[in-house]
Amino acid sequence: MSNDYANNTTMRSPLGRVRGLGSAKGGTHHWWMQRVSSMALLPLTIWFALSAASLAGASYETTVAWIARPWNALLLLVTIGISFQHTASGLQVIIEDYANQEWLKMGAILAIKAICVLAALASALAVLRIAV
Amino acid sequence: MATFTLPKNSTIQPGKTHKAEAGAKNVKAFKIYRWDPDSGENPRTDTYEIDLDKCGPMVLDALIKIKNEVDTTLTFRRSCREGICGSCSMNIDGLNTLACLKPIDDNVSGEVKIYPLPHLPVVKDLVPDLSQLYAQLRSVEPWLKSETPPPPDAERRQSKDERAKLDGLWECILCFCCSTACPSYWWNGDRFLGPAVLLQAYRWIADSRDEATGERLDDLQDPFRLYRCHTIMNCARTCPKGLNPAAAIGKIKQMMVERET
Repeated sequence: MSNDYANNTTMRSPLGRVRGLGSAKGGTHHWWMQRVSSMALLPLTIWFALSAASLAGASYETTVAWIARPWNALLLLVTIGISFQHTASGLQVIIEDYANQEWLKMGAILAIKAICVLAALASALAVLRIAV
Repeated sequence: MATFTLPKNSTIQPGKTHKAEAGAKNVKAFKIYRWDPDSGENPRTDTYEIDLDKCGPMVLDALIKIKNEVDTTLTFRRSCREGICGSCSMNIDGLNTLACLKPIDDNVSGEVKIYPLPHLPVVKDLVPDLSQLYAQLRSVEPWLKSETPPPPDAERRQSKDERAKLDGLWECILCFCCSTACPSYWWNGDRFLGPAVLLQAYRWIADSRDEATGERLDDLQDPFRLYRCHTIMNCARTCPKGLNPAAAIGKIKQMMVERET
């Protein structure tokens, strides 16, 4: 629909075009969660980067033991969950900005959400197999 | 929608040069976008050399001098020539601004480059088609909506603090420099309302006398109408009146969260 407007192939009045399909009455939750997740990721990413750096050169056994510690496993799971949630919602905004075909937009958003959910579950499973 | 190259019939060709009159000592060149829909030709940039000793200080003075004395076919909008009407908004040396408020002396490169406001259909030369922007302004219903009748023979009262909330909003003259400087508006202007119209919407949301705040927020709560703003801040940077539309949009987003928590 939006392409009719951009290409000037509609005889609808400018006000009719601008009103379009009306307000979606949404978007606030998505926007707010992006802000909240980025604030949560700030300390979590610093913790993860410092931990990873301190484990540089450590043996397999040491690393596995580090992951298995309850607090570390918990924080890893939280970091994984929020990171992929944040990635998915950020990429969704970029696609909405630049994709101009409805099928491409919807398809790409669904694909990104699917990839992020799968990657998050795989990462969480890896942590849980070590920790539990 | 994002388009990164100009279609063939929009690529800009080199144009004519109008030399300054002999004996002119203080010469400045103005390179101006020209396009005439009736000619069937591609757009071009014409260069006009102007003797600044015989010209007013602002870019609009030079444009008026060119139209009066050099080339009457040059087409542009202007009215008040003092930054109140918002007619002469255009892109001067890469920045959207009002020609009447832009000193020629700001230019240091030797050649003042003047183009119409970016990413709008061009009607002719420096005149863009603003009908979508006007329709978007109409769509936010920029007028007082109140069910309570005003007191008989008196105005609706507002405290000094309440009135102060409109400062930085009422000054907007709708020149649309900000909306046409916003990449989000370039790519999604058919659905994103853009900084100028969102500032106007907030002007009524922030008005203590208005009783339709909730409905106004309902109409804006949309991933495209409001949330295409990614705080790029070109709007605040370019505003010739020194306003900050991004701050107004930020306040709308804040109210959206506030009413959900």
